[in-house]
Formats: sequence, structure tokens, C-alpha cells
Amino acid sequence: MNLFRNNADFKLDVLREVGNIGAGNAATALSTLLNKPVDMAVPTVNLLPFEEIAERVGGSEAVVIAIFLRVEGDAPGNMFFILNREPARRILQGLLGFGAAENDDYSELELSALNEIGNILAGSYLSSLADFTGLRMSPTVPSLAVDMAGAILSYGLLQFGTMGDDALLIDTTFLEGQQEAEGHFFLIPDPESFDKLFRALGVPI
Amino acid sequence: MMPEVTLIKVGMADLNVADGGAVLKTTGLGSCVGLTLFDPDLRIGGMAHIMLPSSDIARGEGQLNIAKYADTAVPELVRRLASRGAAIHRLVAKMAGGAQMFAFMGGTDTMRIGPRNVEATKQVLDRFSIRIVAEDTGGSYGRTVELYSHSGVFLIRSVQHGVKEI
Repeated sequence: MNLFRNNADFKLDVLREVGNIGAGNAATALSTLLNKPVDMAVPTVNLLPFEEIAERVGGSEAVVIAIFLRVEGDAPGNMFFILNREPARRILQGLLGFGAAENDDYSELELSALNEIGNILAGSYLSSLADFTGLRMSPTVPSLAVDMAGAILSYGLLQFGTMGDDALLIDTTFLEGQQEAEGHFFLIPDPESFDKLFRALGVPI
Repeated sequence: MMPEVTLIKVGMADLNVADGGAVLKTTGLGSCVGLTLFDPDLRIGGMAHIMLPSSDIARGEGQLNIAKYADTAVPELVRRLASRGAAIHRLVAKMAGGAQMFAFMGGTDTMRIGPRNVEATKQVLDRFSIRIVAEDTGGSYGRTVELYSHSGVFLIRSVQHGVKEI
């Protein structure tokens, strides 16, 4: 699929910066929540085959904790905050101060805490993006699932599904301490949103 | 020692057929539907990982991936099986998936994509008069499925409900 006709490299750079600004703010918010430093890797922006997107978080069958929300407004899209089990446990431990669930039995309190974290992070990601672009972007109420990565992520690929078999993913990895992945932020703008983002940022289309 | 079993992976928006005891497998079905067709006489099976209900919504240039849509994937799977000698009147269908992974207030059409995939798949099967002998659809959880081409056994794995055979 040829998503960008002109200036493809420059456009990918711009999207990387979009991820940088959004996730940078979200990392600061997470760091405040946990009261410890949280780093992030430089975002990657790739047009990936559907199959490969779940590979980013351990494969289609890997069990992940995902907070999904839809971005509404001028440049709609899908957003996921994805944690593997261990980091989720560490985050809950840090936040709630007691041992988190064994296996995948999360208590109501733990699920609600994770959901709220997703809500805060997505909110800070989007509000910084909205400031930066001048576009109206607001998150829906977040929804949480603990399930296979493939089953969860495929939901965010439907808008791209009508066009081809790849989706453009802005992926930012959060790091904890010694460069260990803590979580992922995925922003998958709807195909129609790219021109709006570029226009708002003064990038020739 | 267990005999080696050939595993044929079916990706997202993909389809394939298998015989000779090989196993077809597709992973991480959420709102997508894992449809299998099986000819018990010939012991040949096919599997499709259907992502969207209708090819009417396909846009953009490029070739249409017919494995992606219920209305094009089912006829193609039937054609592929028939070309290997399977008889359409003997085919039986089993399916799983079509979940609604996330619940939202006042869900739009996109939000209901799982149930719509199931409905669309059933409509096309009906057009071929193919009987659905077992299904495990709906709910709000992901599934991985396997079809054993020798027996037609259909295995469903999920995080919360373990393994189930239909």
C-alpha cells in the first residue's frame, strides 16, 4: 500500500515527532504516577503487515494487558496502551503498594487502577498532540482487556483493513531502569487522518 | 515418539487447505472469524481467517485480498477444496471468533464488527447450503483455533476458558 505519494520520508519523520511529543508527555505523567523515572525509546513509525504488529508485543498469542480507546475529533484513530504481565504487576505494586495478581486474575481494584493509568496516559498523549497540531482530538472512555495480543490489536486495524493488509503504526516503548520495556503506546491514525495531521503541521501533502 | 504433525499457519486475512493429517491453525482471533470447512469422506479441510463482513467496503487501489472478507473468502475456500476433489454437498462448517473485544456505550457499526462477521459468514455458507455443525462465537475474548484435517476436530484455545473441542 502506498500511503504517502509525496515526501514519504519527511512525513514519516513528522509522524515520529508526533509520537515523540505525545508519548513524551505520557512518560512524564507515568513517571509522576509511579514516582520514579520513566524513559522512552525514540518512536518507530512503520507501515507493517497486520501479522507483524502483534509481534511487537510478543506475538499474536501473547497475553497482554491492553487499554484501548478511540481517538475522536479532527483526526480520528485508535490508541492502545499495552503492558506485558510482569510490568503490569510492577506498576500495580508501585501504585497500590501491595502484591498484584498471580496469573491473570486481576481484582476489580487492580483492573480499575490499570484502566485509570491508561486513561491518564492517553489523555496526556492526546492533549499534547492537540496542542501541537491545533487539531481537536479527544479520547473516548478507555476499555481494558487482558487477552491475546492478536485478538486485541486486530480491533485497531479495521480502518486500515478496508484499504490493504498493512497499517501505519506509531509505536513508542516505555523503558524502566536498565532499558527494559515497560509498555508500549500504539497510535494508529485512521487512513483519512494523515492528510489532516500533515496539513495542520504545514507539511505539503 | 509422537509422529510429526505438519502445522499450517493461516495468518490474519488469509486462507489455506490441508489434508494428509496436517493441522490448520490461526491465532489471536478477536472480532475476526475462524471458519473451517471439512469433507469427512476425503479428510480434507480448509480454514479462513475472516476480518471483515463484505468486500463492498474495500477501498483504495491494489488487488483485493479475497481471504479478508466473508463474501469472498467463503467462495474461495469452497473453490480451493473442490479443486482438490472435495464435494460441496459433503462439506461441513465449524467456526469460532466474532467476539466483541471491547464494550462501548452506544456502539457504532465498527464496534459491532464481530457479530457482523459471524452473520455475514453464515449468510454465505447458507448460499452454498453448507451446514454449520458447531460454532463457538461471540463473547468478549480472543481465541486460537486448530482444525485437524484427518478427523475434522476443531480445537479452540482461549486465555480464560482453556481448551475446548467442538
